[in-house]
This record gives sequence, C-alpha cells and structure tokens, in this order.
Amino acid sequence: MTPSHDVLIVGGGGAGLRAAIAVVESDPRLSVAIVSKVYPMRSHTVSAEGGAAAVIKASDSLAEHAHDTISGGDWLCDQDAVEAFVAEAPKELLRLEHWGCPWSREPDGHIAVRPFGGMKQMRTWFAADKTGFHLLHTLFQTSLRHERIARYDEWFVTSLLVDDGRVCGVVAIELTSGRIEAITAKAVILCSGGCGRIFPFTTNANIKTGDGMALAYRAGAPLKDMEFVQYHPTGLPFTGILITEAARAEGGWLVNRDGYRYLQDYDLGKPSLEPVLKSMELGPRDRLSQAFVKEAEKGRTIDTPYGQVVHLDLRHLGETLINTKIPFVRELCLDYENIDPVRELIPVRPVVHYMMGGVHTDIHGATGLPGLYAAGEVACVSINGANRLGSNSLPELLVFGARAGRAAAEFAASGTDPGPAVLSQARDERHRLERDLLHRDSGREPISAIREEMQETMEQGAGIYRAADSLAKAADKLRDLQERFRTARIDDHSRTFNTELVAAVELSFMLDIAETIVHSASRREESRGAHQRTDFPARDDERFLAHSLIHRDSDGSSRVEYPPVTITRWPPGERVYGR
Amino acid sequence: MADRIVMQVTRYRPDHDKAPTTQDYEIPLRKDWAVLDGLNHIKDHMDGTLSYRWSCRMGICGSCGMNVNGEPKLTCGTFLTDYAPGPVRIEPLSNFPVVRDLVVEIGDFMDKLPTVKPWLIRADGEPPPDAEYLQTPAELEDYKQYSMCINCMLCYSACPIYGLDPDFLGPAAIALAQRYNLDSRDHGDHERLDALAAAEGGVWSCTYVGECTKVCPKHVDPAGAIQRYKVTAVNQSIKALLMPWGKR
Repeated sequence: MTPSHDVLIVGGGGAGLRAAIAVVESDPRLSVAIVSKVYPMRSHTVSAEGGAAAVIKASDSLAEHAHDTISGGDWLCDQDAVEAFVAEAPKELLRLEHWGCPWSREPDGHIAVRPFGGMKQMRTWFAADKTGFHLLHTLFQTSLRHERIARYDEWFVTSLLVDDGRVCGVVAIELTSGRIEAITAKAVILCSGGCGRIFPFTTNANIKTGDGMALAYRAGAPLKDMEFVQYHPTGLPFTGILITEAARAEGGWLVNRDGYRYLQDYDLGKPSLEPVLKSMELGPRDRLSQAFVKEAEKGRTIDTPYGQVVHLDLRHLGETLINTKIPFVRELCLDYENIDPVRELIPVRPVVHYMMGGVHTDIHGATGLPGLYAAGEVACVSINGANRLGSNSLPELLVFGARAGRAAAEFAASGTDPGPAVLSQARDERHRLERDLLHRDSGREPISAIREEMQETMEQGAGIYRAADSLAKAADKLRDLQERFRTARIDDHSRTFNTELVAAVELSFMLDIAETIVHSASRREESRGAHQRTDFPARDDERFLAHSLIHRDSDGSSRVEYPPVTITRWPPGERVYGR
Repeated sequence: MADRIVMQVTRYRPDHDKAPTTQDYEIPLRKDWAVLDGLNHIKDHMDGTLSYRWSCRMGICGSCGMNVNGEPKLTCGTFLTDYAPGPVRIEPLSNFPVVRDLVVEIGDFMDKLPTVKPWLIRADGEPPPDAEYLQTPAELEDYKQYSMCINCMLCYSACPIYGLDPDFLGPAAIALAQRYNLDSRDHGDHERLDALAAAEGGVWSCTYVGECTKVCPKHVDPAGAIQRYKVTAVNQSIKALLMPWGKR
C-alpha cells in the first residue's frame, strides 16, 4: 500500500519542523509527515550561529527593520513580503521562547539583543553563538509532543509526483533498506535548504545539495534570482567553517597583512574602537566579501597554503567576553585550527554561505504549481533580494515555514486524492533509479571527479565577481559535465545505505542548479548586491529592478523572465554604510 | 612525520557479508586532516562503496560519531596526526546494531526520546501574547549545560549499562529531561518522573560509571545529570509516601 498523507514536508530543518507544527495546529484532522534524508536534528539549521533578527526593543521599529533589509538587499526584495516578515518575526521568536528556546538574556530576565551586519538597531536575538542549534533542537523537541507528525527519517527524495499539473507526492529511497517508494500527499512543502555544495569552499554541510530546488525546477516550478549567491566574509580556510558575524558585532576587527583595518578604504566608514552599527566590520556581507577581493588584488592579504586570507582580530575583546558571547568561535578555532582567539589572530576568507535565490513563491509559500509550497532557504519569497542580512534567515524560516504550513493545510483540506497516473510515474522513477544508477556497471569516471570540476567551474566562472566570458565558459563546462555525468561510475550496487547512489542523484541535482545560476547570472547585465559583473559594474534599475525567473522547458532548455520587484514604501535609493 | 597512514576500516554489507571485516586503506597523512577527511579521501578517490554518515564537519550536527582506536569520537574533530604513525582503527559505534560499514541504527534512542517529554510543559494556560517568560542569566545557567547535547550517541556507545540493558533510557535522554526539569520556565517534572524513575530503564539502572561524561564532545556531563536526578527522585518518592493523596 502506498503511504499517503494530507501534507508532506520535504526536509526536517527549521522551516520543515515549523511548517509541520503549523499544519497540526491549524487543522487537527490533517495527517502530516516529514521526509528527510537525515534525522531532523542533523539538519543544517543546526549550524547557524549568530542570531535571529526581530524587533522587540522599544527604541526599534518595524519600518527600520524593513528598510535595513531592503537596502541590504539592494532593492531587489519584494517589499510586501518584507513587511509581512518583519511584522511576524517577533511573534515567531516569542513562540520559540514559549517553547523553551534558551535565548540569551538581559540581567533582568528579558530577551537580550546584539548588533549585526547591516542592521541600524540592535535587534538580533541570540542563544550565545549556537542560535541555530538551539532553535532547531527546540523545534524538534517540540514537534515530538505532536504525535500526529509522522516522520520518514533518512528517506531521500528523488522526484516529485505531478498529476495533471498538480503536485501530489514524492518518490523517495529509504536509505536503510534501499526500498524505493511513492509517498502521496494532497500538498507538498519543500523545506530542504540551500545548495552551497555546488561551490568548492562553503560553510554549508555536506547535505546542502540543492535537492528541493532541483525537484521543483524539474517538476515545472520556476526558480527566482538564482544568480545571487552570498559569500560570507569570514570562513576558516580549508574547512570553510563559519566564524559568525557576531564576532564582529561584539567588536572584532578585520585586518590585512599590515594589521590595517582595510574596510575603511571601501566606503564602509571610518574605524573606531567600539563597533558602530552599519559601519566598517558591521557592513553587509556582499560589500565585505567584495572588499576582500580588492584587497587581495592590491597584494595586501596574507598568502597561505589554502589561498589568500585576512585576519579577524578578537584579542582586544578579552577572554570573558569571548567565553560568554561567542564561546563557539573559540571552540571552533581551538578544535579545528589550533588557534586561540583570545591570544591569536584568526585567518579568514570569504566563503559561499547562502542562496538568496530559490523556488519562486508568493508570500504564503505557494509556488506556481498547485499543491507545491516552499519555505526557508530553498525558497525565494523574496525578502533577501540581492543580499541577505545576517540574522534574517532564522526568522525567515519560522515566518514562512509557518505561513507555508498554514497555506498547505488549507489547500490539503479541500484537496483531492492523487489519481492513478502518479503510481505509474513512481514505477518509472523506480526503474530509472535501479536501471540507470543502482545497476550501472560500465561507468567511467567517479562521481567525485565530476563534482570537483563542477565546484571549480562555479568558483572560477560565477564567484564574487563575474563577467560575460567567465560565465560563458562556465556554461560550456557545465554542459560538458552533464554529458559526462551520464557515464559516471557507480561502484556500489548494494541496496543498504548506498551513499554513492545518493551522491550521484545529489550531483545531478547540483548540476541542474549550477546551470540555473550561471544562466541567470549571464543574463543579468548589471551589478547588484551579491551579483557583481566586472563588465557591467553599475546597478541598472531601468532594466533590472526585476526578478530573474528561470523556467525549464520540456526539452530541458531554460528560459528567463523578468517580473518587476514589488515596491510599497521604499523607492530605490543608494545603499549607505558608515556615513 | 611520515606522509602516509593506514586506516583500518570496518566493512559490513549485510547483502554480501556474513560478518564484519576490516579493510586497510593507506592514505596521505596531512596536518589539517581530521579522521573524517581521511574517510572522504577514501570515498572520493579510492573506494566509492564505503558508507558512513557525516554532514556539518564542525561538531554540531552529531552525525559522524565512530570508534577511533576503540574510543567513541566525532570524526570531524579528531585529527589523524594524533594517531601517527598509525595504523588507526575506525569502527562503528558500540552498543548499536550496524546497518552497514560505519553506519549504526539509532532508532532505539529516537523512540525513547519522546518518553521523557523533552519539551516545555507549563501548568498555566496560554503564554503571554506579546511577551517572553522572564528568565535571568543565572536561571539560564542552571540548565544550559544540559541543553548542549547534539545527540551524537557517543555516550550510548561508551555506556556499559546501555550495552547490557537495552531498556535503559541512556545518558543523553536523561540529560535532556533534566534540561527541561531545571528550566525555570518549566513545570513538567512530575510528568517526567514515571519514565525517569522507572524500575526498568530509569536513572536507577545507572551505576555511575561516568564514561558518558568522559566521552561527551560538548561537555554536557550526563553522568552528573543522572546523579542529580537520583536525589530529586528520592525526594519526590518521599513526598509521595508522606502525602499519598496530595499533589506530588
């Protein structure tokens, strides 16, 4: 018998768990399930460090949070979505508090907030510097009290079932047994996160392979603003482990090989001893990562076996502050770099961190396809525009996870059961996985070789700075890699926990998503936020105050449309930092 | 320093093998490489059929626990140079059924987790609509250590009691229950009592070996949590004896 649910959620991270709770709370008659390729508490939300932004202090206002978000996003955010987001973020963070999240506190017991990059007010809630970890575990543990949330832990979704244009389930591999099953549903919510693993150097966990984006794209839902890839300015070399922006919010400095706070040379303000909001080290991530590249071009960075780095200097903060406010930074530096930030400089360099783009949704999480919803990093609502501000992603996955859960519940309550066509689709998918991948015995090069070339191609062609020729080269290379993938080698023919089979399907997802990034980037002939074209260095609101909406046509080719950005109260203006 | 090291890795594929075997892989020994980097090198460049779990490679997702030279470790934060000149033995965690190679079945833990009700329980009604429950930094400190558990299962692998008594809730589940019991916002300690103080599987199964605390990569101190709960449970039982019809 084919397992069936009213609402099926793909991904058990912050957005997926929040959506599941929203479904059971909004309609107790519905059956809901989470299918995830890892146990929920392994999801990548766990790695978020610095905090979650929401207006809570009397000195702050929703309008200011909205304006910081919109200017930080270089005016590519949809302002109706941003207004909904900032209004609901405080309620969502309070709910997490009521569910037990161990937020850091003021001495009087109220929620504490800290500064964060690009934010003009202190509004970032935090749980030391393990905010994502605590948020995820609080959500997971809270979900356990709802017995009606069923889970398919360690089931890997390989395709969506689509009946006459309506999404009505998934095909997934149960990793432990190797069983390939259809799971049908009246509505599906994608909450599977981002795709940082397309690049060679990323903060993203091994599981972040763009699965949900590729599932939606292949099923006919367009992706939005895929050219906007966020580089976080401070990753540890080699591992790509993130050193949180909170380290700078607490007063850390970025210095070049001469010990000079070089950000003052890049229109980000003047250095002062104390951190200044929206200035210098508290500028937005896109501008800081771009400043690093310029500094490297001037020969003022430090050469290491793992490439150029600058230094993050926390020594003046003192041991007590480091231990109370950013203990995980110290733990990571000690355990993974053998460096003690209390006494030593931390080597850092920009690292791929977050996808602003994703599956196109409206402000209720609905995609263009009936029955398909998306929330969290996999989705593009869009509140992040051309550059996300640090600490907006955690509230985003709560606000839009809950919204998508409610919308999917409503759709499912009136929805119909899937037709018989989906079962034959599921059979076809099972045969494809078995014949083409599991039983493949004549492959040539290993999966990892193609994956590594894809990653290098993306860094070279579509990194912090791009141009028409670098993108054209990348597009050619990706086409070639798609061909080579068809004859890649799969040595593992076992049904039991076959991680090579999973890696092969993940690679095919990533190759498709890499192409959408490159195609969207080559068509956007301007520079905006995280998308910097050396051949088109200026923002062009005449042509590109618009989203890139990339569709996959039935022949596999792509087509990009440009619907306008929604402007409500904040007409496009200059992004101003440090002055 | 030698520039190569041998990893002796446990292999087991239930559809092929009757019993686990050991396979040797000689890999480059690099200063920056964790045991996990060694496994990834094998997987990507030597043998695509090796299976193991990993994800964040920054010690927070809890996926990559294995036995390294017989000790349970997070392999992402355990460095090969510490085992030079080798060989270094990589085996699945102890006390769990092995699914394949280095992958173990943790369903038992996942089933036990909800029985200790690891969520905030309030005696009053709806929470305040626009305000937080107040909690001072000192009150946060009371339970914070127990909130740091990443469910990596190293403590279950190290626990001799769990190895002998499959009913035992185990260190992480009990520590997590204590995380909520000690939270100033929580009123649910009575509801957790039955599971925690159960004759079969509760805190009394623990003979305070303390291995769990020694191997915990996040310094949660589950052994301390268990000992502390024993005192609470005794007090609760005495109260229940003295006031059999009253509210416990």
